[in-house]
Amino acid sequence: MTERKIRVLVAKPGLDGHDRGAKVVARALRDAGMEVIYTGLRQTPEMIAEAALQEDVDAVGLSILSGAHMALVPRVLELLKANGQQGVKVFLGGIIPDEDLPRLKEIGVTGVYGPGASTDDIVADIRASIPLVA
Amino acid sequence: MNSSLAQAVLAGDRLALARLLSRVENDTAEGRAALDELFPLTGRAHLIGVTGAPGTGKSSLVNQLAVFFRQQGQKVAIIAVDPSSPFTGGAVLGDRVRMKDLQGDAGVFIRSMASRGSLGGLATATAQMAQVFDAAGFEIVIIETVGAGQSEVDIARLAHTTLVVEAPGLGDDIQAIKAGILEIADILVINKADRPGVESTERALKSMLELAHPVQRIFLHHGQMMTLAGEEPTAGLWIPPICKTVAPDGSGLPELVQAIEKHADYLRQSGDWIRRDRARLEAEFDLLLQETLVAQFRAHLTESRLQSAIASIHSRQASPREVLAKLLEEMPR
Ligand SMILES: Nc1nc2c(ncn2[C@@H]2O[C@H](COP(=O)(O)OP(=O)(O)O)[C@@H](O)[C@H]2O)c(=O)[nH]1
Ligand SMILES: [Mg+2]
Repeated sequence: MTERKIRVLVAKPGLDGHDRGAKVVARALRDAGMEVIYTGLRQTPEMIAEAALQEDVDAVGLSILSGAHMALVPRVLELLKANGQQGVKVFLGGIIPDEDLPRLKEIGVTGVYGPGASTDDIVADIRASIPLVA
Repeated sequence: MNSSLAQAVLAGDRLALARLLSRVENDTAEGRAALDELFPLTGRAHLIGVTGAPGTGKSSLVNQLAVFFRQQGQKVAIIAVDPSSPFTGGAVLGDRVRMKDLQGDAGVFIRSMASRGSLGGLATATAQMAQVFDAAGFEIVIIETVGAGQSEVDIARLAHTTLVVEAPGLGDDIQAIKAGILEIADILVINKADRPGVESTERALKSMLELAHPVQRIFLHHGQMMTLAGEEPTAGLWIPPICKTVAPDGSGLPELVQAIEKHADYLRQSGDWIRRDRARLEAEFDLLLQETLVAQFRAHLTESRLQSAIASIHSRQASPREVLAKLLEEMPR
């Protein structure tokens, strides 16, 4: 029983602008000792699920600023499940209205973070959600 | 006993493949058992190493190479290695960003890998992950590494064909070309050929190639990497060609693919393909032998016995060799 590295896919689905927030989170996870697979801008849910599968990640972090989260996130979860990766934890960052939170939790999103969230909290939540013994 | 993971991989289950790669990377018992089972199916893939300084365009080139091999109907696996942070052990692996053209193609499998600090361990893990892809039926396995001395050499030992990627403007007379690079390069690539300074980069590479006298170069090449006891160096010479490419638009890619295929033909015709394979397996076996014997030895040696042995060396009562001989005598047979 050895402690193994946590692997996290950080992706930016949708067509909106920049990936500064995603990069900040990616670096914070790296600094917390995790292995981050960074896929860049304009990822479709299909691309994200495919990358999550090939990389055998423990978690997927999505950064969505466009407001399209209620369309994109359920689709990502659906595809992960279809691929047999229902155990992968999904985290969401962006501008998410409070009224969407219950539905997001219901479909299986583990954590949601607004623009002011501390990266320490994100790191702690990811750690807590993943069993570390291989 | 058959491992269900290995069987699922052979049946084309991509999630099983991804999971087995993790088990192998983490060197788990399950991973080892599956490797044992898959081993008879290895030795078929063409392993291509791509190495060079950060930012020279390796990932962009790998993307284009894979597109070419896909057009020929070959299945392509990519292992993209990036360094782990020496301070935190974490890593940001960003090579997929440049490999967008390969998404949605079931004939391609891209796996990012962090170097995790240990050089020997990286070479072993990479070799074993390549074996998994090989057994799973990927005809081409491309391994991208950031060129940093020893890892270049390790990759060359693993790969059939090693591409060393340079780019103009990395500094006067290519500071990136370090000692030893000519011994491992089967093909030299000057990427970013759309940038100024291509001619001087090419001139510097050519003069270095000429400096290394061909016969001696090849001898060194084999002497370092693939001599088998009592065997003569291969007949015929392979002079590393220089290919100029612009990865984003694909210029020079057909010529590069041709050079890779020519090198594979050369390896097969000269007998080097078989020789390299055997030398690589011999080196891997040697490593395994050392690891296993050391582990066995340590398992039978209590910490207190080890400390008393060290103490007698430290006080100069006995030499290290004498103490070791004594410890070996004490080992159960
Ligand atoms: N001008 C130019 N830029 C290139 C070329 N190949 C790659 N790049 C760019 O160089 C940067 C680094 O490329 P990447 O493939 O990630 O390099 P790597 O670090 O060696 O894997 C990216 O911004 C690429 O778009 C090229 O042939 N010409
Ligand atoms: Mg790269």
